Amino acid sequence: MKTVKVLGSGCKKCIKAAELVEAVALELGVEVNIEKESSPEAMLAYGVMSTPAIVIDETLVHSGSIPSRESVVNWLNG
Amino acid sequence: MFQIFTDFASWLVYGQIGLTAETKLGDALHFFVEDVSKIFVLLLLMIYIIALVRASLNIERVRDYLADKHKGLGYILGSTLGAITPFCSCSSIPVFLGFTSAGIPIGITMAFLVTSPLINEVAVLLLVSLLGWKFTLLYVVVGMGIGIISGVFLDFINAQRWLKSFAAEALERGRQESNVADPHEVESTITMLERHRFAVEETTDIFGRVWKWVILGVGLGAALHGFVPDGWIETHLGDGQWWSVPAAVLLGIPLYSNATAVIPVMESLIVKGLPVGTTMAFCMSTVAASFPEFILLKQVMQWRLLAVLFSLLLVAFTLAGWLLNIADPFI
Repeated sequence: MKTVKVLGSGCKKCIKAAELVEAVALELGVEVNIEKESSPEAMLAYGVMSTPAIVIDETLVHSGSIPSRESVVNWLNG
Repeated sequence: MFQIFTDFASWLVYGQIGLTAETKLGDALHFFVEDVSKIFVLLLLMIYIIALVRASLNIERVRDYLADKHKGLGYILGSTLGAITPFCSCSSIPVFLGFTSAGIPIGITMAFLVTSPLINEVAVLLLVSLLGWKFTLLYVVVGMGIGIISGVFLDFINAQRWLKSFAAEALERGRQESNVADPHEVESTITMLERHRFAVEETTDIFGRVWKWVILGVGLGAALHGFVPDGWIETHLGDGQWWSVPAAVLLGIPLYSNATAVIPVMESLIVKGLPVGTTMAFCMSTVAASFPEFILLKQVMQWRLLAVLFSLLLVAFTLAGWLLNIADPFI
C-alpha cells in the first residue's frame, strides 16, 4: 500500500493530477491511499514551491505540473 | 506590421457582414475583431518564443539566485524576477514559503510577489501592440517601482513580526542556514527538443487560460469604444480632477481581473480621453489589489500585515496615478 499525497492549493491542475494518479493506480492494480494536501505547513515541510506536487511514501517525486502518465506508472511500480 | 489585422477586420465587418464604420455597432465590432485577431496571433507566437528562451528558468533557481544577494540589489532583482518568471496566483503561497524558508527577507519576497501579477510577458506584449512602446515602458517602470518600494518599506517596518508563527520560524531557520551551499543543485542542461516541448506546453497552458480574458477585455473595450460618446469621459474626468485617481483605485478593488483583460480596457479609456495616470491607477488596482489574492495570503500572514500591505498598495497606486497625471504633459 502506497501513500500518495498531492500537494496543491485546490486549483484545477491539482485536482487533475490527483485524478491521474488514481486512474493509473486502478489500471495497474496498485493499492494506493491518495490524500490531497492544501495546507501551507505541508508545502513548507516538503519544500514545495510550485504546485501540483506529488509525494509518494514521504518522498517528493515531482512538482510544478501535472505529471506525465509514464512517470506516474514508474512511481507506482517502483 | 499590424495593418493586416485592420484590413482583416474591415474585410469581415464591412465587407462580409455589411455594417458600416459610421454605425456604433459597426465601429465597435470592427474594434473587437481587429484587437482579438491581433492579440491571439501575437500571443501564440510570442508566448512560444519567450518560453523557448525561458525553459531553463524555474522558481527554485530564482530562489537560489535571490538567497545570497545583497539587500539593496535584492529588491531590484526580486522585482525584476517577479516580472519575468511565469507565475500563477495559485502558487503564491508555496512561493512565499519557499523564499522565506531560504532566508530571503520578506521585503524581497514581496517585491517579487507584488510585481508578478502586474508585469508579465503577456501584459507587455498587449501593451506594446495596443498602446505603443512608450506607454509600455512607463507601465513597466511604475509597476516595478511599486514592487521595489513596497519591499523596502515592509523591511523598514520589520513586517516579518506579523507573519504567522510557522512562517516566521521558517524564516529564522532559513537565515541561520543561508550560508550553507546547496548540495542538491545539479547543473542541468536541456536540449532543444525539450525546450520546444516546454514551449508548446507553456503556450497551450497560458493561451488556454487567457483567451477568455482577452475576449472579455476587448469586448468591454469595444463597448466603451463604440457606445460611450466621444468627449464624455474627457469632459467629466479628463482634467485629472484630484479625486478621480483615488476613486479609480477604489473602484478597481472589487473588480478582480488579470492584466490580460484589463489592458484592452485601458486602451479604450485612454483613447476616450481618460488621463494616463488615472487609467493606470485603475488598472493596477484591478490587477494587484484583489480580495481573492489577499485571502490566500492570510494563510501565512496575520491580519495586521495584510492590512498594511493592502493600504500600502492603494496608497502607491494613488500616488503613481497623481504623479503620472502631473507628468503627462511632459512625456
